[in-house]
Amino acid sequence: MQRIGVFVCWCGTNIAGTVDVHAVAEALKLEPGVVFSTDYQYMCSQAGQQIISDAITEHKLTGIVVCSCSPRMHEATFRKTAEKAGLNPYMVEIANIREQCSWVHKEMPIGTEKAIMLAKAAVAKVSLNAPLIPGESPVTKRALVIGGGIAGIQTALDIADAGFPVDLVETKPTIGGKMAQLDKTFPTLDCAACILTPKMVDVAQHENIRIFSYSEVVEVGGFVGNFNVKIKKKARYVREELCTGCGLCTEKCPQKKVANEFNLGMDNRRAIYIPFAQAVPKVATIDAAHCTMLKSGKCGVCSKVCTAGAIDYKQQDEYIEETYGAIVAATGFNPIDMGAFDEYAYSKSPDVITSLEFERLTNAAGPTGGKLLRPSDGKHPQKIVFVQCVGSRCSEAGKGKEYCSKICCMYTAKHAMLTRDKYPDTDVYVFYIDVRTPGKNFDEFYRRAVEEYGVHYIKGMVGKIEPVGDKLKVQASDLLDNRQLKIDADLVVLAAAIEPDKSARSLATMLTASMDTNDFFTEAHPKLRPVESPTAGVFLSGTCQGPKDIPETVSQAGAAAAKVIGLLAKDRLTCNPCIAESDEMMCNGCSSCERVCPYGAIGYIDKEFRMPDRTVKIRRVAKVNAAVCQGCGCCTVTCPSGAMDLKGFANKQIMAEVDALCL
Amino acid sequence: MPVTDYKPKIVAFCCNWCSYAGADLAGNNRLNYPAEVKIIRVPCSCRVNPMFILRAFQRGADGVILCGCHPGDCHYTSGNYYTRRRMALLFSMLDYLGIERERTRVEWVSAAEGAKFAATMSDFVETVAALGENKRLEDLRCKA
Repeated sequence: MQRIGVFVCWCGTNIAGTVDVHAVAEALKLEPGVVFSTDYQYMCSQAGQQIISDAITEHKLTGIVVCSCSPRMHEATFRKTAEKAGLNPYMVEIANIREQCSWVHKEMPIGTEKAIMLAKAAVAKVSLNAPLIPGESPVTKRALVIGGGIAGIQTALDIADAGFPVDLVETKPTIGGKMAQLDKTFPTLDCAACILTPKMVDVAQHENIRIFSYSEVVEVGGFVGNFNVKIKKKARYVREELCTGCGLCTEKCPQKKVANEFNLGMDNRRAIYIPFAQAVPKVATIDAAHCTMLKSGKCGVCSKVCTAGAIDYKQQDEYIEETYGAIVAATGFNPIDMGAFDEYAYSKSPDVITSLEFERLTNAAGPTGGKLLRPSDGKHPQKIVFVQCVGSRCSEAGKGKEYCSKICCMYTAKHAMLTRDKYPDTDVYVFYIDVRTPGKNFDEFYRRAVEEYGVHYIKGMVGKIEPVGDKLKVQASDLLDNRQLKIDADLVVLAAAIEPDKSARSLATMLTASMDTNDFFTEAHPKLRPVESPTAGVFLSGTCQGPKDIPETVSQAGAAAAKVIGLLAKDRLTCNPCIAESDEMMCNGCSSCERVCPYGAIGYIDKEFRMPDRTVKIRRVAKVNAAVCQGCGCCTVTCPSGAMDLKGFANKQIMAEVDALCL
Repeated sequence: MPVTDYKPKIVAFCCNWCSYAGADLAGNNRLNYPAEVKIIRVPCSCRVNPMFILRAFQRGADGVILCGCHPGDCHYTSGNYYTRRRMALLFSMLDYLGIERERTRVEWVSAAEGAKFAATMSDFVETVAALGENKRLEDLRCKA
């Protein structure tokens, strides 16, 4: 018979406000097996934990139930307490009477009644708990960072500096990401390239970092400490080890009319190209979709001009398989498609551009060499209208995003300021819903745009933009003056909402990491574990977790690296002991469980059984690999003979809970 | 028993990664739902053996709801697909037994959907309450 202790937490008034904690403790004293029951203000505090550990010793408890907040919050805390007091940590059950009781019910009698039932169910479960001993698995001391933007770069550098090898995978031909496309960065206005490109070079030269550019992750298996990853290195038709990045091929290639994605299609590049001068690795790539040689077999100019002999038209996609201890997702963001915002005439006029396009227009390495010229006629615009929140904070389903993209207020202020700085004769209007500038020196920056640079900030949204002649007729409302405005603008810049990169979803599926409804990766805890995914061994860096500016991205990248280092510094990891186990006497070796296991954790062995008549029979029985099993329990339901059960969530335990809740 | 006093017994199985976290989020946001809902935590919705649901009905539960991650989002990759198939089978058996279809339900609730969790539970309790007590499967022998 178990000797169970029940500990009811007040959580200040969080629980005690709606649940009569004393009555719960008293009621539980009458449950079979319960030998001790008490309540205390804060069970998770030092004093509360002391009460638990004293009771374990004094009453020789074999199992405890803590009625408190969600097990997602403090299960680990109380397990540690139990362990220190000499009790197996898996003899602890939590009754969630805060999140799932006191916080969602208003009346004391109802809350108390439910809390008692939840506690009884937990007692019923813990009576059937068995001590579990976690296994161990080794840690591969290598990290994988997916995404080579500033987030991935920073994470890779930090991990590599700590002495662990890192592989950085980037789908584009160069690392650098969105930051490489930017002109200046707020609020200091230093140039993005000047601060980013040295970091890119650091990555390239770091002895612990391998860059897989123009590559993508195609398969992920395994688990924390031992992920098996397959990386596809797409054929770039140029041998990376030979190419010197001289760029001669990119000048001689006769195919000149390929939209240059680095400049967002505002100018053209050749079929063989290096995205930008500071690209890392500085290696040419042939765009197979536009290369005449690859399409029709006639041309070969690049091969003729290449003195290094790096061109290889027969190159194939290459697959690399590697084992990693930790994986960091840093897949970043993209501005949303403007297709749904026809009222802003984005598709009708080349002079309606997105902010990222504006960034390229003002960039000295951009299509206009840094001169702010209209894409349609190359004239200098006299009147520019900036529209904020295009697709952000948009409740219309299917059109935009409900969240705030966070960076638009600041970069719009930056764009307006830069424009007025370079061309003081330009009229600049900014239409906004709210201006949000919470950040170090951010509000000062915005005030400067308004007060020193004379940017016209107008509260209100733009209703319609219509191209008439060479002007853009902007109709808008000024909410503070309560009047309609009509502006004949030369250029309109839309602050498009940002969304997670499209590759994030398929990656999340491979990693079995969870995502929110907007396809941002979910963190293990929104406040306390912001850089970890709920999936062990998967970490989050940058905007794949939520909208962020560069300083925030870099700090999160560093935090993710610290977590990875913490993991890789361990030689062995303790495994979750709540895993499936097969009863060999009942198993008939039918293979049903093997077929449903998502991890391939179940194998079969031939086992000798001694029969009652002293003969020996060899039977095939299921055997669970403890290091691979993640404990989902799918096999337990599939097993036709009922041989498979899940430790910690055994059939009998769940049945006991059902019984206790249905009295 | 007068209708107004009737409180249905509802068991909710929630997977640890999405729905249980969704229920916690409903708590964090103080979104009320009826106290008749009692949650049992399971690692994955695929851990729920149809036997558990039958057992709940035998013990006099009036409704059983099973919540898991959205299809494609299962923490264990594919668990909820198995759940979906198994429950389709169980539900057709319950139909055959003459148990009202509305007494059982499968819902996908993500960790971010606290509001959906609360709304789903409120709606489910209301639906089950309208059906009244589950007399057909309740087995007094199981209530000892």
